[in-house]
Amino acid sequence: MFLIPDPVVRFFHRMASPPHFYALTERLMPWLVVIFLLLTAAGLYGGLYLAPSDYQQGDSYRIIYIHVPSAWMSLFIYVVMAVAGAIGLVWRIKLAEIVAISSAPVGASFTFIALVTGSLWGKPMWGTWWVWDARLTSELILLFLYLGVIGLYGAIDDKRTASRAVAILALVGVVNIPIIHYSVEWWNTLHQGPTVTKMDKPSIHVSMLIPLLLMALSFKFYYLIALLQRARTELLLRERNAQWVKNMISEAK
Amino acid sequence: MTMQEFFAMGGYAFYVWTSYGLTLIVLLANIIIPVAQRRQFLRSLALKQKRH
Repeated sequence: MFLIPDPVVRFFHRMASPPHFYALTERLMPWLVVIFLLLTAAGLYGGLYLAPSDYQQGDSYRIIYIHVPSAWMSLFIYVVMAVAGAIGLVWRIKLAEIVAISSAPVGASFTFIALVTGSLWGKPMWGTWWVWDARLTSELILLFLYLGVIGLYGAIDDKRTASRAVAILALVGVVNIPIIHYSVEWWNTLHQGPTVTKMDKPSIHVSMLIPLLLMALSFKFYYLIALLQRARTELLLRERNAQWVKNMISEAK
Repeated sequence: MTMQEFFAMGGYAFYVWTSYGLTLIVLLANIIIPVAQRRQFLRSLALKQKRH
């Protein structure tokens, strides 16, 4: 602990306290929404209007501005969920459990969007809605993992026990993450290889890359907003008998 | 570029706009559902407190 500066420790202590978390996220929300809307407007303007058509794919490639950021988010949120789950499992921090379970529906949504927009992009470009190749199949398994987490959590009445079960399931499913990422390199597939994350030189023009990165950032902020909305609801449900919730309601009257 | 050209998406209008429309619906639902749940729950808590 002595390596971490004191204000940082105090910040996390406060954040882990339910009433502080509830009040702080309420004040934070309008700012997050404004940043999200600005990023999205800039990203869509750049991607749908300013960026030129692709010389091979025409305008169909513009699906990339939601497909790729969604696919990135589907992996990112899974890792956040598993890490938050592990923290909840080890230190029994209520808010970590809530962050883990509140991430699941958002992650499932991004996985669903990645799959459907991929399908809508695949039909005109590959001539098929779906192929059972490694990338598409492992991404579909990711959707089932998210749905499994949501289902398991709903099936267990005691939410502290449910959180432990969900964390273990999420941690086991982490093996799928590198499989999805490397699937286009390990197996032959219709799906194209990485174009952005090649560190030496991304094989995408800068006028197409900037909107893509803006959309990726906008989706990060969206996740934060959706996660906090879910977490606030989940927190209230769990803390319904706590004094701070009772005080808040009697003050609101 | 005219408005028509923009919405035609070089002949790929169906694929592009279905993708964007569906994304919008899913992302909106993920905000509306938890906010509505919370409001409803807060109302029911307030009612319960009033009765006591």
